Amino acid sequence: MKTNDVLLRNVTKVVAFIIFLFSLHLFLAGHYNPGGGFVAGLTSAGAITLMFLAYDTKTVKSMLNINTIMLTGIGLLFALGTGLIGILTGDAFLTHKYTHIDLPILGDVSLHTATLFDLGVYLVVVGVTLTIIQSIGESD
Amino acid sequence: MTNNLVLMPILIPFFGAILLMILPKRIYLQRTVALIFSILLFLASLFLVFYVHKNGIMTLNIGNWDAPFGITMVGDMLALLLVTTSSIVLNCVVIYSFYTIGKPREKFLYYAVILFMMVGVNGSFLTGDIFNLFVFFEVMLMSSYVLLVIGGTKIQLKATIKYLLINVVGSAFFVVAIALLYSMIGTLNMADISQKIAALDGSGNYGMISVVAVMFLFVFGLKAGLFPLYFWLPGSYFAPPIPILALFGGLLTKVGVYAIMRTYSLFFYQLSDFVLPLLGILAIITIILGVIGAMSYYDLKTIVIYNILIAIGVILFSVSLMSREAMTGAVFYLIHDMIIKAALFLIVGVVMAITGYSSVKKFSGLMTVKPSLGWAFFIAILGLSGIPPLSGFFGKLLIVEGSFSAGMIVGGVIVLLSSLFVLMSLIKVFTRGFWGGKQGNFNLKIPYRKMMLPVVILLSISILYGVCSELMLPYISQAVDSLIDPSIYINAVFKE
Repeated sequence: MKTNDVLLRNVTKVVAFIIFLFSLHLFLAGHYNPGGGFVAGLTSAGAITLMFLAYDTKTVKSMLNINTIMLTGIGLLFALGTGLIGILTGDAFLTHKYTHIDLPILGDVSLHTATLFDLGVYLVVVGVTLTIIQSIGESD
Repeated sequence: MTNNLVLMPILIPFFGAILLMILPKRIYLQRTVALIFSILLFLASLFLVFYVHKNGIMTLNIGNWDAPFGITMVGDMLALLLVTTSSIVLNCVVIYSFYTIGKPREKFLYYAVILFMMVGVNGSFLTGDIFNLFVFFEVMLMSSYVLLVIGGTKIQLKATIKYLLINVVGSAFFVVAIALLYSMIGTLNMADISQKIAALDGSGNYGMISVVAVMFLFVFGLKAGLFPLYFWLPGSYFAPPIPILALFGGLLTKVGVYAIMRTYSLFFYQLSDFVLPLLGILAIITIILGVIGAMSYYDLKTIVIYNILIAIGVILFSVSLMSREAMTGAVFYLIHDMIIKAALFLIVGVVMAITGYSSVKKFSGLMTVKPSLGWAFFIAILGLSGIPPLSGFFGKLLIVEGSFSAGMIVGGVIVLLSSLFVLMSLIKVFTRGFWGGKQGNFNLKIPYRKMMLPVVILLSISILYGVCSELMLPYISQAVDSLIDPSIYINAVFKE
């Protein structure tokens, strides 16, 4: 008998979205508050894992359509590239740059290249976690 | 001026590994990219050796944070010589892998993992921060776990579980040792630690420093294969395919040796009443046990593995003497050993590819089929045991001289005798496997010339290294300068 998990799937649709937004919040909060690339990556992977639980792996894969190993590689490239910013501007490796910008609605925003490094960490964490979950889930 | 160049030995393989992850898994593409990046790595590290020889120790404060507060990368001569040597080994192993490792492994990110391991190895050599050393150790170990298990044969799985457990325990101890040191000293920068330990002399905490020293000895001894912590090594190294084994035998244990050399010459050089003699005694026992192991087998692979232990013992024994002569010998011997061990393992690989076995009880008369292989093996044996014009001689001579002038007659004699046994252990299998009538099934369809190319490269480097030791001496003595006199290292980091 096939169970009808309509409740789980409908709740997942809402909750996964909220979890994803929360991970985005954690990611952007990292510089001044607890959070950062690592937790944000784990939370995002958590959202996707919830979708894996509610649907089967095939559906989720066709929804996301990403190669997780490549995602990890791109994350590493971001981290390395952030380091190269320092070299290209004549400073030491991983010297970060920052600036303040006045945006119309958000007001005074400080931008920092450490965020790009965090983005790298985020992508690596998501990529590695999903690779682990997928390869364990799919091996029989 | 900022010296980003010193990071090149880390960044080049890192970028190469990332590229190999992103690029499609087409074998020829992977091979080409891997080879290009390992050649680039070799050229960059060679350039750095000459640059440092001319301009003195290079340091880089990552992110422009001043020395004790940020991570410092220190490219001194010792580190750069080892980086260059390991990149030579890497190049030869990559070329050798083309013909031997097999397509399934190559498709499974084999080259990317090798390059990641080089990131770890080079990072461990170049870092000037004790916790960063731990991180680079982990980068190296993680990649070595993957390399050990890649392919997934039964023997590899078995060996990997052992190796993984041992190293996880070792790494945990490393963290605890760093925590203890940090709680006493309050800094992680190696130059700063050295200064603060020297300033501690005579105060109550001084006894604890020897505890930390012994813990470091435990951790690095575990990685290097020092008695009584070598028990994992023969089993684990027996499992992986030959190119991976050559990489392990050439590099991994030597990183542990380097870490002992660096921490003991920088942090614990004053502890000559307890810790240094302990290191010396353990090293001597390692030599003896390695000799026993090497003599008791008829299996080529196992014999060379036990010869790793002997070399580790010889190098660490001379490190424990802390004299200029002995240190010069240790550095000479370390570089020689990295090259010759890789060459020996690759030769064993060719022998195994031809005969199908690594035990010489299964075949004989290989000389009648492949004389060039026999002569290559013979030269490698002579080089390993230290026959004068070849590479192992000068290092061992200095080690023995150093131990006699330090009054360690027994140690010196054991080092001398160990040479004899090294020669005997390998000549024994040489005469049995290569001489005599033709016995066993020889498979001559292997790409013999291509497989011998990296062997020939390594052997000729080893011979040149032995013949031109006079030319190498200024570089090595520059490397020893900062080992003998920590203030050179400290001044380079803090730049007055």
